[in-house]
Amino acid sequence: MPDSLNTLIRAVEDANSSILLQEAVKNLAAARLEGAIPTLIAALSYNNPGAAVAAVDGLIQIGEPAVPSLLELLDMHNYTARSWAIRTLAGIGDPRGLVTLLGAATADFALSVRRAAAKGLGMMKWHWFPEELLEIAQAEAMEALLFVAQEDEEWVVRYSAIVGLQFLANAIAVSHPDWRSQILSNFEQIAAKEESWPVRARVLMAQQELQKTATIPTQDTDNRPSPLSSMDWQKIMEELYGRKGQERLVFAEGDPRRYEQLAVAIAQHSDE
Amino acid sequence: MYRHLSEGTGNRKQEQKVENAANIQDDNQLTVEQAIANLQGEDLGLRVYAAWWLGRFRVDAPEAIDVLIQALEDEDDRTNAGGYPLRRNAARALGKLGEQRAVPSLIKALECSDFYVREAAAQSLEMLGDSSSIPRLIELLNDQVPGTLPAPEPPQLAQPFDAIIEALGTLGASDAIPIIQEFLDHPVPRIQYAAARAMYQLTSESTAGYNQYGDRLIHALAQDDLQLRRAVLSDLGAIGYLPAAEAIADTLAENSLKLISLKGLLEKQLQPTKPEDLSPGAIKVMQLMDALL
Repeated sequence: MPDSLNTLIRAVEDANSSILLQEAVKNLAAARLEGAIPTLIAALSYNNPGAAVAAVDGLIQIGEPAVPSLLELLDMHNYTARSWAIRTLAGIGDPRGLVTLLGAATADFALSVRRAAAKGLGMMKWHWFPEELLEIAQAEAMEALLFVAQEDEEWVVRYSAIVGLQFLANAIAVSHPDWRSQILSNFEQIAAKEESWPVRARVLMAQQELQKTATIPTQDTDNRPSPLSSMDWQKIMEELYGRKGQERLVFAEGDPRRYEQLAVAIAQHSDE
Repeated sequence: MYRHLSEGTGNRKQEQKVENAANIQDDNQLTVEQAIANLQGEDLGLRVYAAWWLGRFRVDAPEAIDVLIQALEDEDDRTNAGGYPLRRNAARALGKLGEQRAVPSLIKALECSDFYVREAAAQSLEMLGDSSSIPRLIELLNDQVPGTLPAPEPPQLAQPFDAIIEALGTLGASDAIPIIQEFLDHPVPRIQYAAARAMYQLTSESTAGYNQYGDRLIHALAQDDLQLRRAVLSDLGAIGYLPAAEAIADTLAENSLKLISLKGLLEKQLQPTKPEDLSPGAIKVMQLMDALL
């Protein structure tokens, strides 16, 4: 219904008060139309938190088609808009956001960004990843989340990392039961030394949830096929490699040969 | 305690600017010794910043407490209208440092002619949790403290009623119930909410209508004014009012503030249970929090 889309967009453009703008963005977001993407993305830059929250929700609902524009927004200098864009990428779980989220969860200046990225790392659309890249991506996500859950100075970021780890533990329950056990034993250590009651309570809830689902791995409800091209995967792999390379300077780990094989594998995947 | 960041008075905004600037710069540019020295130095700007800095980084060394208590009597730093910027920052810092030794000086600061010094002193006395300040706070609420009227820097109000009422609620001043009750109808909404919050804290659960005070705050979350919604989020977090959980999650405000508010609810749910038990209320609050991350 392009007419209604136009009406909804015009309402956003014409809003002359903060409350009207919030309402208009909320209504536009609720329509879940791809044509709304540019207007919703613009709303991330308005410095109106109510409108931004509504726009983030709407963009997450629209999902993957919004990702290229979001990645573009990340390059810009408006810090507030940037942080909303990262939050949106985290909510969508698109693999093209993976490396951005790894960096944001562990090192972003704003705690609201670290917290959104941490949850997002646990909830990536893992079923879109090619098998060879999946293992590296999940290992990176787990390492980052275990770090954040124990080292971040803000309770809410640690809380969020626990949420991310719970989802990740579920996602790898079949493919990597050993990693799952590693997450669970980390939970025990965290519960023992964590100062914040809310974080400890969230660890407890994660342990209970994981026990419940121990035998029934939950399937991702979103079964749409990956829209990503081999170019996208190539780029993600190179970014991951670059990140691993930086870490190697410090930790002396990571095997570049693994990435050579991966490069070949991904090239062979090319648009079947 | 994010509440001071969200309200419209110029002095609070200025404090936020200082806070933002300091976050962007290197947090460790001052040393404890340097801050203590600056607080006693010639440069008035450095003094005000040092007082804020000692509070921000929770420097509770005895010498820091001493100089901050001295700064509550500062006469050098005056605004054109007669306000005391250094005293304001010193009073705020002392609340964050958890040192009971500061209580008598903060009670004295409730007599200050500067509205914002009285406000900061009331907030800090609330944080320190010392009930010896209750009689003086009640007198101030009743406009019975000489020298505080008329305020040389009058905002719209004679007294920082919301800060005083919140302190009385947190300190468990049940003697103040009849006076606080009158503020439920105060023309300034923020003060009404402070009164509702305090009444919730001060009335016993067995009282009929106990929940009406919490419910009043839930209704306030539907206000059009973002600043007010933020203040109410803080109030609901402070009292840990579980029936507000969904309304908190749904209100139009920053997720960060909603999460802090819900954290207050969650902590209240965790208090009475054994650590290995999660009450249904705690689980519900965490599910709402998960969705706001």
